[in-house]
Amino acid sequence: MSIVELAEEEAAQRGAVQVNAVHLKLGRLAGVVKDALLSSYELACEGTDLQGSRLVIEEVPIVVYCPACQGPRTLDSMQWFACPECKSPVSEVLHGRELQVVAMEIQ
Amino acid sequence: MTRLVEVRQNVLKQNDVIARELRQRFHDAGTFAVSLVSSPGSGKTAFLEKTLALMRPDYRVAALVGDLATENDAARLARAQVPVKQITTGTLCHLEAAMVRNALDNWDTGPLDFLFIENVGNLVCPSSYDLGEDLRLVLLSVTEGEDKPLKYPTIFNTADLAVLTKMDLAEAVEFDAAQADENIQKVRPGMTVLKVSSKKGAGMDDWLQFLASAREKRSAVTAGAATIPGRSNPV
Repeated sequence: MSIVELAEEEAAQRGAVQVNAVHLKLGRLAGVVKDALLSSYELACEGTDLQGSRLVIEEVPIVVYCPACQGPRTLDSMQWFACPECKSPVSEVLHGRELQVVAMEIQ
Repeated sequence: MTRLVEVRQNVLKQNDVIARELRQRFHDAGTFAVSLVSSPGSGKTAFLEKTLALMRPDYRVAALVGDLATENDAARLARAQVPVKQITTGTLCHLEAAMVRNALDNWDTGPLDFLFIENVGNLVCPSSYDLGEDLRLVLLSVTEGEDKPLKYPTIFNTADLAVLTKMDLAEAVEFDAAQADENIQKVRPGMTVLKVSSKKGAGMDDWLQFLASAREKRSAVTAGAATIPGRSNPV
C-alpha cells in the first residue's frame, strides 16, 4: 500500500525510530473511502515500521471555481457540480482530489 | 520525544510520474491513447471490438486489456486482427500507469495512431489512477439505470467523454436517455455524451468522428500542454 511505503520512506529519511501517526489529506473526489482506508491501514502496517501507528485523516471538501461569480465555491454535494450561490455549472475543481500525506508524528 | 514533521507527498506521486512519462511518450509517437472505464458488464469489450474492426482499415490501432483473472477479453478483441495484449491484474481492481508501461515495454506493435486501454470493470478505483491517456471514456449501459452517474460521481467527473451503450435495448428496459444525460451533466458539466449500440452499429460513426477530431486537436497542442485538466492533481 502506497501510504505505508511513502511513510516508511519519509520516516527513514528523518531517522525516526518509531512512527506514532500519519496525517493524511483525503479529498472527497479522490476516489477513496475514508472508512475503507482506516480499516485497511492497520492491516497494511502489520510487519512494517508503521505497525501500531495511527492514521489521522483530514477530509477535504470539493472546492470549485465558479466562472460566473469568479471565485472559489465549496460544493455541498458531489452529485451536483453547480455553484451553490448562482447555480452555474462548474467544471474546474480546485480542491477535493487530494490524497496526500501531509505530516507524521515520529520519535 | 514525539515530534510532528511536515511531509506533503502525494500518495500516488509514483503513478503520476509514470503517467506523465507515458503521456509524453504517446505524444512523441503520435499515438492517441484512450482509456475505457465502466462497471463490469457494461459492454466495454463489445464496444472496443466493434471500434477496432471499424478503425483497422484506416488507422493503426492496438488494445491493452485489463482483467482480474481471465484472458477472454483479449481473445475476443484479437478477432479484430489488431495487436492486443492482456494485463492480468490478479487481485488488483484497477490498472496503474506502471502496468501500462511494463506492457508496452515488451510489446512490438509498430507505430500506432490509437492505443486503447480497457480498464478493469470497476467504477471506483480506476478514477484515481492516471494512465497517461489523452481521453478517458466512461461507458454506461442502458440496463444499469439512469442514476449511475450520481452514485459514482468521481469516475464520471474525471472522464472526458461518456458513452451510453446497448442502446438497442433502451426501449425494452425503459431507459430514459434524457434523464441519464441530465445526471451526467450534473456531475460533469459540459461532457459530451454519445449513444451507441455496439451490436447494431448505431452511433459508431459519431464515435469514430469524435476520436478523429480529438486526435487532431491533440496534435495541434504543444507537447508541454498535453495534459488533461480533469485529471491533473491540484495538490
